[in-house]
Amino acid sequence: MQYRFKIAGGDFSNAGTVASSVKKILRQLNIDHGVSKRIVIALYEAEVNVVAHAYSGIVEIDIDNEKLRVTITDQGPGIPDIPKAMEEGFSTASPQVREMGFGAGMGLSNIKRNCDILNITSEPGAGTNVEMITYLKPDAR
Amino acid sequence: MPDKNIHTEFHHALRVNESDCTGCTHCMTVCPTRAIRVRNGKARIIANRCVDCGECYKACPVSAISVEQDDLEMIFRFEARVILIPSILIGQFSHKIPASSIYSALKEIGFTHVFQVENTVDMVLDAYNEYRTKNDVRPLISSFCPAIVRLIQVRFPSLVDNIVRVNPPIDMSALYYLEHLKASGIPGEKIGLFYATPCAAKIAAIKSPVGETESIITGVINMNFLYNKIQKYLQNHSSEKIMPVTDDLLNSRGILWSLTRGEAVHCDRRALAVDGIRNVTEILENVENDKLGSVEFLELRACDESCAGGILMTGNRFLTVERLRKLASEHARSEEDNDKKLTDRFINIRDHSYLGNIEPRNIEKLDEDMEVALKKMSRKRRMMCFLPGFDCGACGAPDCQTLAEDIVQGRAQISHCVFMQQQLVNQNLMSNEKAFKITGEIWGNERLEKNCNKIGAEDENY
Repeated sequence: MQYRFKIAGGDFSNAGTVASSVKKILRQLNIDHGVSKRIVIALYEAEVNVVAHAYSGIVEIDIDNEKLRVTITDQGPGIPDIPKAMEEGFSTASPQVREMGFGAGMGLSNIKRNCDILNITSEPGAGTNVEMITYLKPDAR
Repeated sequence: MPDKNIHTEFHHALRVNESDCTGCTHCMTVCPTRAIRVRNGKARIIANRCVDCGECYKACPVSAISVEQDDLEMIFRFEARVILIPSILIGQFSHKIPASSIYSALKEIGFTHVFQVENTVDMVLDAYNEYRTKNDVRPLISSFCPAIVRLIQVRFPSLVDNIVRVNPPIDMSALYYLEHLKASGIPGEKIGLFYATPCAAKIAAIKSPVGETESIITGVINMNFLYNKIQKYLQNHSSEKIMPVTDDLLNSRGILWSLTRGEAVHCDRRALAVDGIRNVTEILENVENDKLGSVEFLELRACDESCAGGILMTGNRFLTVERLRKLASEHARSEEDNDKKLTDRFINIRDHSYLGNIEPRNIEKLDEDMEVALKKMSRKRRMMCFLPGFDCGACGAPDCQTLAEDIVQGRAQISHCVFMQQQLVNQNLMSNEKAFKITGEIWGNERLEKNCNKIGAEDENY
């Protein structure tokens, strides 16, 4: 089963709506709370990244009996050094963004902690592609 | 199959009186848990979804929803007949009527002892503080309002662990007074404890408690019923033979406890007080999405103006709040206000401060089995491509999504939708007779007949 969502860059007032829609879907699917929580945290972080850094993005979600796959494709500045961006505390967020409570530099490491497989590819100046996979049965990890 | 048991054991205090119900859908559209459907022209409450919040009762234009209560005669089976009253009972009456007159009225009605529910709030506060230091889940959510506890169980199952496992004052006071009477030599079986309730949720909480096995409260008397009895007494007795108020330990904290901010005000960190079930739902969504930051404590109440706005309250809720605030500020000025506590008495019920387990009861899940749920979800989404999506309610469900869910669960058919029905008839897939029959099944056969007694029609009040 597939879902698709659009994210508008810079729209902080709606940052998190994709994550909260997905949370409702997972509740209807009777997904384990712990698993659902991890998915939502990872998705929320990734969603905020698009809002904070990119111009626009598309979230695609694919759920089957075993796993949930999230693919986020954005048009934006891209990430020049992905290993550096994965370090805790690394942030390129502007002071204004930090003031809103975002941009603490924990995003990517938080995503990594909360999904089972993470693939990030990026073309600086064009955009970033994030793939996150989480297994749905708590013992499947 | 453990789910089934929970559902059948679930007790509700709200009832639809079929003879009065006109199937108008007002209740169905306001229900915060989508627990109402219309079948055969009558509203039906789905037991495992209902949280007894009373929104349907407030919305019903023909008073077809009633709240069950125990027969007052039942109290006379006991030698000691205790009425446990919340402060809002007194707050409903004019400030010119002293509490002692209300106590006298209650004794005239047949009770032998009157005890104020909020006498134990300081004990509850101590238990809260102890709980807070031992548990690091945040924000903590008050267990005071039983409709909210149930709302969290069914709609926000992931927040069940945030509910403070501390008994509300009603349970503590009932236990305290029972022990108090036993200590004075009255055998337990001769003591009847009755609670004057402002709402349906408290009745349901007493008849089938969440987090404890059985309530020690014998019965429940509805506040609107008592209000009438007290008013009648006050009309007939001016000021003669007024009983002295015994056990009046209520301090300013107790007077305000059941009002909005009554609990939150005692939290020394960030605390929010939210009343009204829609506001509460909004804040709980924020908690789920981690949007509240470092909030320590949430006081959440289903009714607007908290218990002063309970569905069984007769007095105007704003006046009730005003009177109680005035009363509390008078108490707070007195020297002994802080010392008015039960805790230093010889009866120790502290060990009973804590609630047992509160189970999540996710009502949103389409199936226990995730793989089956996934299939149902796909079907539901496909169905939504065809349903009109403006939530008219003519199918007997509150909105299109609920109808789609009911269809995948085998509780409704796509032809229940009047627009889909038109399509089917138009494409010769359904006969006109069959379409008419379906409408009759949902709305009852008399629904389409002329009836001038409807609200706004020629003989409305006749």
